[in-house]
Amino acid sequence: MHPIRKKRLTIVLFLLVGLAIAVGLTTYALRQNINLFYDPSQISAGEAPVDVRIRAGGMVEEGSVRRDPDSLKVEFRVTDFNASVPIEYIGILPDLFAEGQGVVAMGRLDGNGRLVADQVLAKHDENYMPPEVAAALEKASKGQHKAGDSAETVSY
Amino acid sequence: MYPEFGQIALILALLLAVLLSVVPLVGSLAGRDNLMAFSRPLSSGMFVFVGIAFAVLTHAFLVDDFSVAYVANNSNSLLPWYYKFSAVWGGHEGSLLLWILMLAGWTLAVAIFSRRLPDVMTAQVLSVLGMVCVGFLLFIVITSNPFDRTLPNVPADGADLNPLLQDFGLIVHPPMLYMGYVGFAVAFAFAIAALINGRLDAAWARWSRPWTTVAWAFLSLGIALGSWWAYYELGWGGWWFWDPVENASLLPWLSGTALMHSLAVTEKRGVFKSWTVLLAIVTFSLSLLGAFLVRSGVLTSVHSFAADPERGTFLLGLLAVTVIASLALYAFRAPVVHVRSRYGSFSREVFLLLNNVLLVSATILVAVGTLYPLVLDYLELGMLSIGEPFFNLTFSPLAVAAGLLLGAGIFSRWKKTDGGWLGRKLLWPLAISTLVTAAVLVGYGGFTTWAFLGVFASVWVTVATFWDLWDKSSSRKGRLHGLKRQSRSYYGMVLGHLGLAITMVGATVVSNYGIERDVRMVPGDVASVGDYQVAFKSIGQRQGPNFTAQYGTFDVLLDGERVAVLHPEKRQYTVGMSVMTEADIDAGLSRDIFVAIGERITDEAWAIRLQYKPLVRWLWLGSLFMAAGGFLAIADRRYRIRERADQKAEASTNVPESGSPTSAGATS
Repeated sequence: MHPIRKKRLTIVLFLLVGLAIAVGLTTYALRQNINLFYDPSQISAGEAPVDVRIRAGGMVEEGSVRRDPDSLKVEFRVTDFNASVPIEYIGILPDLFAEGQGVVAMGRLDGNGRLVADQVLAKHDENYMPPEVAAALEKASKGQHKAGDSAETVSY
Repeated sequence: MYPEFGQIALILALLLAVLLSVVPLVGSLAGRDNLMAFSRPLSSGMFVFVGIAFAVLTHAFLVDDFSVAYVANNSNSLLPWYYKFSAVWGGHEGSLLLWILMLAGWTLAVAIFSRRLPDVMTAQVLSVLGMVCVGFLLFIVITSNPFDRTLPNVPADGADLNPLLQDFGLIVHPPMLYMGYVGFAVAFAFAIAALINGRLDAAWARWSRPWTTVAWAFLSLGIALGSWWAYYELGWGGWWFWDPVENASLLPWLSGTALMHSLAVTEKRGVFKSWTVLLAIVTFSLSLLGAFLVRSGVLTSVHSFAADPERGTFLLGLLAVTVIASLALYAFRAPVVHVRSRYGSFSREVFLLLNNVLLVSATILVAVGTLYPLVLDYLELGMLSIGEPFFNLTFSPLAVAAGLLLGAGIFSRWKKTDGGWLGRKLLWPLAISTLVTAAVLVGYGGFTTWAFLGVFASVWVTVATFWDLWDKSSSRKGRLHGLKRQSRSYYGMVLGHLGLAITMVGATVVSNYGIERDVRMVPGDVASVGDYQVAFKSIGQRQGPNFTAQYGTFDVLLDGERVAVLHPEKRQYTVGMSVMTEADIDAGLSRDIFVAIGERITDEAWAIRLQYKPLVRWLWLGSLFMAAGGFLAIADRRYRIRERADQKAEASTNVPESGSPTSAGATS
């Protein structure tokens, strides 16, 4: 083969291989690391998968926060004023975590409908509400049939 | 009265920007020197009026003029003066004004330092910068006026600056970051001007190189400062969260790094021209994308400002116009590749090409991870998030590959490198790096594949860099003479590459060997973290200027000896009633010990976060090296020698520089 063509071919092959690796890695990593969001209504209706890392969010229910005095274990419930989900978390909660505040928890559902969270997020701004939580609350306030509609799109 | 002057100044600046974007460009296309000559005065005028507006806003903050809505929302009479000053860019409107001030500043800098450029080029570059200024000035005047009044109901006091932003980090982080973002506008303007007049050659690459390098250096500093600020101020000891807004600053950095390297090839060898132009357009577009992500309200994060659909739409429009117009111009004017320049398979050209492939892949990856959830959400296909694991999994192999390639590429030559020679050359560095890496891993006590690859890539880059310096500096007149003979841009490159290695080793070690513990402690308890013990002594109250704090006292012990006393705080701000964790850190080159107070569990017991962070400082130290390398590179003599040579040539042939009467008068 002509040396210049050979060189070009090498470069093109290099690029293709690199591109293939990049695309492969991306799709693999995406598949592993997408965390879908579920609101409390969906979780209590059993629409969320068990033992898959998901995001769940809503308002922290008034009077639901229980702290274990001997460890860093905390239990609380989040609600969309339609249904509520118990959440268990071991660790330090963010500064703005409080009853009546919007939060998002990342974790896995156990068999009993309880979310074992490994991360709890609240925003560093007193007026902030996580966008998913705002959407979930709005949805819940619009009534059951609406919630059913959009639940389909979320868990597509 | 003053705020109205500020607004008038902004409108005048807008008018000047419109003139700047039209008059010199028309002059350059019609060959009218007198029109092109307007480019410099218009640039200066625009800068002056933007400067006046900025000064007026700063004054309003310093004198607590709460009749200005922006001041009332972002300041408070209790704030110390330096936070009042930095509060100028603590919100959307003011930070946008700072952005525009810097854009005007870069434009002025181009006007001042472009004396040796052909006048047509200068006029066109300044015109393109004028267009960018028009975009942002329209944006601020139409949607985000910082001088809006709260009249007649002037609040008695301001709503206070977000406590997170009351910090030294905020005073310096945004200005550095914006200098970088906006600086890429200059590289963009050079690219567009080159496309317009068809002068896409080595000279063009030489002119835009220093500007790109400076912008890149500022962006590196800005990103590092942001990471450092997040580390100590957000309270929980992370240094990079793959937060969409962080990614928004990383995107132009990655493509800007690719641009810097591709410009080098274009300058030295005259190849990759079209690619380089495309990268310049992409890099600036990514800066605009960053502005859109942060300011449109599509994201919520520490950085994002209040949501306002009008602003988002405007910025998206600005982004679309920029991308479409410049790509259309690119499609029509980019040179058809007929380069006859040859280079072999192991030549430096090929290594730099691969460098670009890796950097662009990384840019695409980060962009996909950042934008995919936003697009899905916008199309109402569901809400999802892409977490850190995605980025760590995909970004790390690319970073390691870039490091490995860099170590080999340092030895390569332009045009042609003998593969066998290169292989033999790499044997010793390979052996040394493997040994050093093994020693480091044994020292930290633990082997993981990623730790090995990350440390190895860093050591490899370091060894190769020094090896090459040693080779190049050999001289019959002695080593010192050889070292002195190397150019500043070469040393700039050395510093930049060492900086990369330092950052990489820091990131690898702290991610793999850092220890993080959340523990329940009562005063008197001792907990261990790594080789260190942390003793909880006491906790009490402290009164700050605008907050009250729970004030802890902790002893850090190593082998029973006290090495530091730390005072982490939990602050409650009086005005907004918001709570803030102020961690305290015993910082060191080899490790940080980090203590933060969590919530109160019982009357006595507190949740405490303890962290041992080996080499975490190296992350930011590396960025300092990189930025220093950038600044050193542009101080290179060749940029000035050429200037003098040009002047001599002019003087001897006695051809006055057309269109710029002052310098023509001076030289002839």
